[in-house]
Amino acid sequence: MSARIFTRTNPSALKQCLTRTSALARSTRAAAPSASLFTFRSPLEAPTGKLYEGHIPISPLQRAILAVGSAFTALANPLRGDMVAALGETTSGIFLNRIRDQMLQDPEGRRILRERPIITSETMQLDTLRQLPDGTFGREYVRFLDDQQVSPDTREPVHFVDSEELAYVMQRYRETHDFYHTLTGLPVTVDGEIALKWFEMAQTGLPMTMLSSFFGPLRLSSEERERLFNVYVPWALENGSTSKLLMNVRWEEWMEKPVEDVQRELGVRPCPQV
Amino acid sequence: MASRTALQQLSRRATTLATMASPSRTAGFSTMTKVLHQHNSNAASNNSSSSSQPETHFGFKNVPESMKEALVKQVFANVATNYDIMNDVMSGGVHRLWKDHFMRTLAPTPGTKLLDVAGGTGDIAMRFLDYCKETHGDNSAQVTVFDINPNMLEVGKERFTKTPYHNTSQVSFMEGNAENLEHIPDNSMDAYTIAFGIRNCTHVDRVLKEAYRVLKPGGRFMCLEFSKVENPVISKVYDVFSFDVIPTMGQIVANDRDSYQYLVESIRKFPPQKEFAKMIKDAGFTVMGQGYEDLTFGVAAIHSGFKL
Repeated sequence: MSARIFTRTNPSALKQCLTRTSALARSTRAAAPSASLFTFRSPLEAPTGKLYEGHIPISPLQRAILAVGSAFTALANPLRGDMVAALGETTSGIFLNRIRDQMLQDPEGRRILRERPIITSETMQLDTLRQLPDGTFGREYVRFLDDQQVSPDTREPVHFVDSEELAYVMQRYRETHDFYHTLTGLPVTVDGEIALKWFEMAQTGLPMTMLSSFFGPLRLSSEERERLFNVYVPWALENGSTSKLLMNVRWEEWMEKPVEDVQRELGVRPCPQV
Repeated sequence: MASRTALQQLSRRATTLATMASPSRTAGFSTMTKVLHQHNSNAASNNSSSSSQPETHFGFKNVPESMKEALVKQVFANVATNYDIMNDVMSGGVHRLWKDHFMRTLAPTPGTKLLDVAGGTGDIAMRFLDYCKETHGDNSAQVTVFDINPNMLEVGKERFTKTPYHNTSQVSFMEGNAENLEHIPDNSMDAYTIAFGIRNCTHVDRVLKEAYRVLKPGGRFMCLEFSKVENPVISKVYDVFSFDVIPTMGQIVANDRDSYQYLVESIRKFPPQKEFAKMIKDAGFTVMGQGYEDLTFGVAAIHSGFKL
């Protein structure tokens, strides 16, 4: 699990070591020492400069404050999508590395990392998908989007991940969330989302999924909680751990297959309907 | 299941609602910075007459003078609704003590006419009217709350509706630019206050000149503003707090890191106590002693001058 493929990771690691925070943001601070022998991270300095569009480099102290603050805010007000996103990014740490490494071990995953497809309403060609026959994955996906009146364009971009490649992994994780709904058949209710977080926890192990899984049920009524833990969670844990890692799935190529075929090939049973 | 529909609506994808709830606020600010970057890159690539436009600071960035006002306006439009909460969060409630002390230092007498510039949400104006009522039992004191930003004035008006001064002649609101108080006649105000506003003005000297003009002879100018912390230990702690904690809290409470980053950077760009006292003297005011009083080790300072 910890084996690194140096040809892939070395360029970005090297770049990170040699880039420093731009003067724009930190003119009151002393300049950070050059990086080659520097191993102790000062809690007050952002470790890298701006690495990608939308990147906001933050110091470890800021990261800690943001993690705690966003956790409480997201729990109190789950509609604050930016706080949910910030919580995910500040707590992702080394777990995104693990997901990336797992992706590297699968040919489809490697292709995703190399080509870096993004999911927007244009790249997904929603109109074309609407023409597909009922029962195909693409048609059900668009039906799901239309029912919920959401579009793939409203995801918060990644801000706080200090690596370009891992920021893409995080972005991909967020963007494929809707596909998980279509695949598993879970509804977009609070308990459906929590069940999906249990599923993702079994798959990815991201701390964010754990926090949502353990603290999310506090917001449910006891009846919903009972249903969650009796029906959804066992299903989620079983299917999440035995299915193929969904981060490796190039969803764009599975659109025309029937949903049952997709579920069978990925090793996911549809969620029990209650 | 009715509850399911309700839940569905409640837990609709969160980002949609979050984006819908505040599309213009953060989007507006980042649009401004995009415009800025474009302007900068144009100026750099063209090397044309745009580089001769005078520049000033906007936080740690440099911007053409003409743009600063619009950018500051955007910042305060963004923060207006959360302004009071964020003040409490950022200062741990200490800003209330500063403002109380500020008003006790002004010590207005009955019938004082106050012009409260950058008065926005009305903290100073309310304290002024309360002081006159409680200390002197006076109901003839008048305050004009003056601000360049209509959103901040709206919040101020909203807050005043819950006080006994609502709909009386004691408080009035005026929108305008502190650098040009054209509708206020010369020698008409007993006192002029500006609290946490002057560092956002593009031309501080013009603000001071206008303040001098509208004050009556014997009138008092008072300014409460963030200033320089001399003590090196406290200064370091203050720096960490300003640059690490405050923008993060701005993000958590208001989903607006950039505006609060600007606010803390603008504090660093404002002249320190002695220099600002000199600027006040240059505008014609007479200052007593040093002309300023430090609050909380210099985190804030009250500057004062008389028109004699």
